[in-house]
Amino acid sequence: MFGGCFSPGPRGGMPAPPGPAMNCDICHTEKATIFFSQMAEGKLQKVNLCKACADDKGVTDPTGFALADMLEGMGKQTAVDTGPARNELVCGSCGFTQTDFKKTGRFGCADCYHVFDEGLDGLLEAMHKHTRHVGKAPQSFPDAGDRVAASAPVSVAETNPRARLSELRQALSKSVEDEDYEEAARLRDAISRLETILGES
Amino acid sequence: MRFSTLLKKPAEWMRTPGPENDIVMTSRVRLARNLVGFPFPGWAKKEDRTRVMDQVRPALEELAEMKDSFSEEMTQLSAIEKQVLVERHLISREHAAKGPGCATVMNRKQTVSVMINEEDHLRMQAIRPGLQLLAAYRSLDQIDTELEDDLPYAFDRQYGYLTACPTNLGTGMRASAMLHLPGLVLSEQINQTIQGANKIGLAVRGLYGEGTEALANLFQISNQNTLGMREEDIIAHLDRVIGQLIANEKNARMKILEDRPTMMQDQIGRAFAVLKFAHIISSKEALNHLSMIRLGCDLGFIPEEERECITVLLTEIQPAHLQISAKCKLSPEERDILRADIIRKSLIGLTPPDFGSILTNRDNDDE
Repeated sequence: MFGGCFSPGPRGGMPAPPGPAMNCDICHTEKATIFFSQMAEGKLQKVNLCKACADDKGVTDPTGFALADMLEGMGKQTAVDTGPARNELVCGSCGFTQTDFKKTGRFGCADCYHVFDEGLDGLLEAMHKHTRHVGKAPQSFPDAGDRVAASAPVSVAETNPRARLSELRQALSKSVEDEDYEEAARLRDAISRLETILGES
Repeated sequence: MRFSTLLKKPAEWMRTPGPENDIVMTSRVRLARNLVGFPFPGWAKKEDRTRVMDQVRPALEELAEMKDSFSEEMTQLSAIEKQVLVERHLISREHAAKGPGCATVMNRKQTVSVMINEEDHLRMQAIRPGLQLLAAYRSLDQIDTELEDDLPYAFDRQYGYLTACPTNLGTGMRASAMLHLPGLVLSEQINQTIQGANKIGLAVRGLYGEGTEALANLFQISNQNTLGMREEDIIAHLDRVIGQLIANEKNARMKILEDRPTMMQDQIGRAFAVLKFAHIISSKEALNHLSMIRLGCDLGFIPEEERECITVLLTEIQPAHLQISAKCKLSPEERDILRADIIRKSLIGLTPPDFGSILTNRDNDDE
């Protein structure tokens, strides 16, 4: 629904890696049998799931990958050793947890946006193709929103996906020239996401 | 204002025509807002929801736009009354299922409605006839700015207006237009149209929003992205796409008239016959035939005066509206009979479609 978040990087069930058996990142009880590794924002991200949770979240269904995107987007950078709920991040204002977010796709209160901000940009990028608000702001925020936009006008590329695509392609050639392969991988993924959205290939 | 008064009057948008009204039924804009210091409604306890409601309701009722408004807690409305509001697009299906601490406030003309404690503390909506997204936004923007003085909104410099679901983050704005697209449906171009819209970040849904069937050839098109674009730019983008859809729909209609005039006559003629003479009719069948009569108006086969009556019927024949007019609960079978009665009475003056203008094209007909 939100388009592939970190697709179409390497994805899919791979053989279980050697080492101690690990539990599913969602239910924490069943043995994980499905392992996802993807390059996102230059970092390798891993999620381990049991068959039931994977099916439940639609992860194995290529058309319904949004929840997996979300899961990954929520700061699962090195999920390999993520323990059960005891280390879990909790919002001090409302008591909402990261598990609650994964379950509902919604936050508990306004403060949750700051408590759970790690990985949030990846999620927002996938949903909105932007991570920063422009537009209306309450008058009590004199330097936010519209007025920021007025002093630094939104570039054509930000509102026109095709212009953005050509901008990204230029950036990709530059990063290859500069031998910045991490950045190049990130751009390549961003380009192919945008191409999918625009129906180009 | 009492609920019974609200029910007696069709919404203003049904009575007054708007720009591009032959294809665009309505334009709606909604804004999602939350208050600082309270959990979002889905996570809040009843006491918190009630405190939010007690703060928001008086602030709304004091607005000049909301003078003599209809304002009610959801617990005070019967199931059928709530369903009537859903059928009029004044509240969502989700809001109709809400209980304590949730309320609805709307103006007399039924052009502005606010859901308190739906998914966000405030969901405000403005609705206009025809294609008037920017006008709808401007009217809502003004209300929003007035409310700002009384209600401290949850806002962040980077993320904009903070909403329960990140899909609404930023502007909190969803703009949507209800389009009547029988030409694209009859010429089987509708699926590719929907896919095209999806590709450029727009959602296309049925008559009653997400997951609902496209009845009466009516489709809602709306923005998906709310973050990183100014409100006016989101609307301008939507306006451009809708302009293109209107052109495509008009072309599809002309093409059908040229290539298959008999099929078009048959569809409209059949709709006329069924609606005029049926004694038992389901909601789906009625809606689809009303769509054809409306198309007949657009193409000049049916007098223009019938348009308003058709528009009002689209809402009046829905289950909750029928039961309010019957003043009792009705079984589905009873509803089908009452629906047919109401349609026959409403269309009593409707004369058979006059196809004179296209009969000359019959030689080209390949049917």
